[in-house]
Amino acid sequence: MDFNATLIGEMISFAILIWFCVHFIWPYLNKAIEERQLKIAEGLNAAERAHADLKDADAKVQAEIKQARLQASEIIDKAQQQANQIIEKARGEAVSEINRLKASAQDDIASMAQRARDQLREQVGALAVAGASKIVQREVDASTHKALLDQLAAEI
Amino acid sequence: MASESGGLTEYIQHHLQHLVPHASKEGFWAVHLDSVTVSLALGVLFCLWFWLKARKATAGVPGKGQAFVEIILEFVDGQVKDVFHGDRRVLGPLALTVFVWVFLMNAMDLLPVDLLPWITEKFGVGHFRAVPTADINMTFAMSLTVFVLIIFYSFKAKGAGGYMRELFTAPFGSSPLLWLPNFLLNVVELLSKPVSLAMRLFGNMYAGELVFMLIAGLFSAGAGLAGWALYGAGIIGYTVWGIFHILIISIQAFIFMVLTIVYISMAHDHH
Repeated sequence: MDFNATLIGEMISFAILIWFCVHFIWPYLNKAIEERQLKIAEGLNAAERAHADLKDADAKVQAEIKQARLQASEIIDKAQQQANQIIEKARGEAVSEINRLKASAQDDIASMAQRARDQLREQVGALAVAGASKIVQREVDASTHKALLDQLAAEI
Repeated sequence: MASESGGLTEYIQHHLQHLVPHASKEGFWAVHLDSVTVSLALGVLFCLWFWLKARKATAGVPGKGQAFVEIILEFVDGQVKDVFHGDRRVLGPLALTVFVWVFLMNAMDLLPVDLLPWITEKFGVGHFRAVPTADINMTFAMSLTVFVLIIFYSFKAKGAGGYMRELFTAPFGSSPLLWLPNFLLNVVELLSKPVSLAMRLFGNMYAGELVFMLIAGLFSAGAGLAGWALYGAGIIGYTVWGIFHILIISIQAFIFMVLTIVYISMAHDHH
């Protein structure tokens, strides 16, 4: 077969056919391809976003738990401190009350003892004078023996 | 090209001759080298193309090439899934191969009918038919392979005994009187599958190629002004038939694939 116009005519038709494909077939294929790419890209993005969101939420939860734990331990510490303070305060008050009571009781005891000693001393002096006057059967010159009697009273 | 009808007849006859190893070879050993070469080349092209895309496939956003291959793959897999509810590991790739290969071979019809013969003539090869699926040997080769697969899967799914029982007892009933009618009907049904599969594809492609040749005859049908008018009509006709043929080659490839799936999934069904 020789090269002739038949082949040229067929080639022109073929060129038109290619033009037709380029303009009326390939765009649809290309659109389908691009839609598919877009869909896949969106799907992957969404998955990645969900993954990141999950990670964020996890981190948030962890932080919140940590915070709550910290707060709880702070509250416990504070409560313990307060309890200690209350106990300390109560102990201090009790001790000072005890000391006060002890001091006043000691004062009372001391003054009562002093009073009793004074009364005793007076009575002993009187008794000694009475006794002595009875023994001596005469009036004892009180002024003469006063010093003696006082010494006696002090010795008792 | 001669302008009388004898020229057209000669032209078409020339184009309908296959390339054979040697003019002296006839009958069984006149292997159609053109069909073999083109179909093998297209098969290798298909394998290389999909293999390259599969090798570089990414789980992320695909490139345009990968997306295109994925669209084809998903389309074929969807067709298989609709018809066949078993393990798709063999039938899926089979359907993909049938679809893409048949489509590529049909697409050879869109090339100018004189282009490849003109090129091969430069290398001293006179006859060259570019469309393997317009060669009945090629379509029967594929449909007989499908036929073998139908038999294979019938045995595999039902066992030798089960398949034999089905051949003799379905569809009319299991009475011994009905064994022969059942068997004859089943044989006809079975044989009609590869025949119809091959003849449909061959007929469509052969007729399409013939129409291209007839239109190409217009290019040299007249002389002078009338000749130019016919030349223009030839270009228009050739283009319109080419555009229409895009539809035909796609539909024929699709039908061949779907029927292959249907036949093989029917082989799995129990009656």
